[in-house]
Amino acid sequence: MLHISEYRDSRLCHSIASRIAARSSRPVRIMEVCGTHTVSIFRNGIRWLLPEGVDLISGPGCPVCVTAQGEIDAAISLARQTDTIVATFGDLIRVPGSNSSLQQEKAAGNDVRIVYSASDAVEIARQNPVKHVVFLGVGFETTAPTIAASVLAARQAGIENYSVFAMHKIVPPALEALMEMEGVEIDAFLLPGHVSVIIGMQGYSQFFENYRVPCAVAGFEPVDILRALLRLTEMLDTGDSQLENCYPRAVAEQGNPAARQIMDTVFEVCDADWRGLGWIPASGMQFRDAFADHDARKKFNVHPPDVAPPAGCACGDILTGAKTPPECPLYKTRCTPINPVGPCMVSTEGTCAAYFKYHEVQ
Amino acid sequence: MSNHRILLDHGSGGRQSSNLIAEMMLPAFDNPILAGMEDGAVFEMGGSRFAFSTDTYVVDPIFFPGGSIGDLAVNGTVNDIAMCGAEPQYISAGLIIEEGFAMADLRAVLADMGRAAKNAGVQVVTGDTKVVSRGAADKIFINTSGIGLIGPGIHISAANARPGDQILLSGSIADHGVTILSKRSGFSFDAPISSDSAPLNRMVAQMLRACPDVHVLRDPTRGGVGTTLNEIASSSGTGIRIYEDRIPVKQSVSGLCELLGLDPLYVANEGKLLAFVDSRHAGAVLSAMRADPYGTDAVIIGEVVADHPGRVVMETGIGGRRIVDMLSGEQLPRIC
Repeated sequence: MLHISEYRDSRLCHSIASRIAARSSRPVRIMEVCGTHTVSIFRNGIRWLLPEGVDLISGPGCPVCVTAQGEIDAAISLARQTDTIVATFGDLIRVPGSNSSLQQEKAAGNDVRIVYSASDAVEIARQNPVKHVVFLGVGFETTAPTIAASVLAARQAGIENYSVFAMHKIVPPALEALMEMEGVEIDAFLLPGHVSVIIGMQGYSQFFENYRVPCAVAGFEPVDILRALLRLTEMLDTGDSQLENCYPRAVAEQGNPAARQIMDTVFEVCDADWRGLGWIPASGMQFRDAFADHDARKKFNVHPPDVAPPAGCACGDILTGAKTPPECPLYKTRCTPINPVGPCMVSTEGTCAAYFKYHEVQ
Repeated sequence: MSNHRILLDHGSGGRQSSNLIAEMMLPAFDNPILAGMEDGAVFEMGGSRFAFSTDTYVVDPIFFPGGSIGDLAVNGTVNDIAMCGAEPQYISAGLIIEEGFAMADLRAVLADMGRAAKNAGVQVVTGDTKVVSRGAADKIFINTSGIGLIGPGIHISAANARPGDQILLSGSIADHGVTILSKRSGFSFDAPISSDSAPLNRMVAQMLRACPDVHVLRDPTRGGVGTTLNEIASSSGTGIRIYEDRIPVKQSVSGLCELLGLDPLYVANEGKLLAFVDSRHAGAVLSAMRADPYGTDAVIIGEVVADHPGRVVMETGIGGRRIVDMLSGEQLPRIC
């Protein structure tokens, strides 16, 4: 593929990997925050190239995985309402709630539709004027602007039967929360490329000033990831922490101000409940009052219950890197992609699903 | 949380489909021929060996670049019979048509079936038509069954892979699945891609002429090459090693897979086959494949190994390694 094959060059990857090996003088734990990184690392077999002692741990960067159990239950109860169509990204439909899933609600005859963008959900609302269409808004700063844009489009077109159940999360506060958690050992962060396209390098400056931990923003191709890992290894070797942009072809210092403006028009920052991490101040997005008529929480009076995660499920520890999937007693026994117990096994970008599908060759 | 209802995943052709067959179909129909779990049933009658197979087609949309539900229904069953090492001869066609379906569309579907049958050298010799109320089916569903004779000395089975076998693939992967996905409502890509729907029986006949001792033949339809290789590794109790950089994926297909978050290894094909052949015969069989119009891009993508029995391991494009597991559930696109 044009301009992609360069980033998948086997010889270049091996050469970067050997430079990483030359610079790794002690065991280090590097967290890849983003689920797309997790999948790319597995799919390309990147761990196979890394020297022993460079340990990659997966963070809370899969939007489905960090969605609280109570919010999943609330989404399921929305699907059960008459005259309601729930529109969602595909990954959410298998996530088990306390006693059902959107997939099972769909099989039982409730109207749950998989869409590929929020604007498709607006179109469904336009075509079904007597029904309420609720879009399940999960995702980070990457997704939130497109969902905000769908709300603006619906308003402009006078489509009143479209609302969003907003469960969006913001990445930098979660990094801070991870650094403050007891028992979490992270030497460096591989930061998400897509999120950074929106928030820019400036989005991490406060976090970096506070913690001075080596940080590198990376793209998703093998060469991108290995180059960023090399920079992190070099920083750890010399003790010179930097916040570095290793994805300059996509990420600018200022990010994408136009996208952020759309997001800020519709949403405001709020506290959010992250599965595995708990409540984190100023880490979520909720509707501004001016858009309350498109806010499914208000329209349907949704109050996600406080639900404990399934017994025995280690998703919380896995999302903070405290455990790897094989250390969870349910992994591959009671919890598989067909019958997932926790969300990390459901989403294609979940750590457990990635382990299950692409697990390393020992 | 257990499933009390059939989910779409049960029809994915992946792990959940296998579980459904193992837990519900095999016990209900308990017999040794079915238990072989091949693409078609193989049995003896009147001193001859036959392959018999059935398949039902519900593709949406019914017309797509490179084919339609009509030629798919013929080619699919022709291929299932060919994968047993048989020469398909006679086919049946059962139509379930939704009330209100346009006559012009029915005519077009039947014309495609007729053309596909002629192209494959088979005859549609019996059939059935049912019409159901609007909404009780979606436009048209087609079932085809077919039967063919297996020549002497040919013993093909997913259980016959042996360490040292070379793994041959007849061309680029994922064309069909990506074409259907891109045409399905909700997508509007304008990429130059088309389904690979094709009859493979003539290619198989030439391969068997070059080497009657082909060990395994499979067409990697639903679940894709990844799932099919897992089935073979599991049936044969051997390991499989493949090399990512040898597996042909068209540039446009690969681009759409990236965009949709799909792994081409798990995307359906309708005109491709995998063959497992002893390394001594691999060259001759590969030449036979390349001489066929549907096999010009045939390549050797890997080999059977004694290590890691039941497992498929891929050397990635960058020289790393990973396990290629069976597809679990339908592939879903990325959300962030």
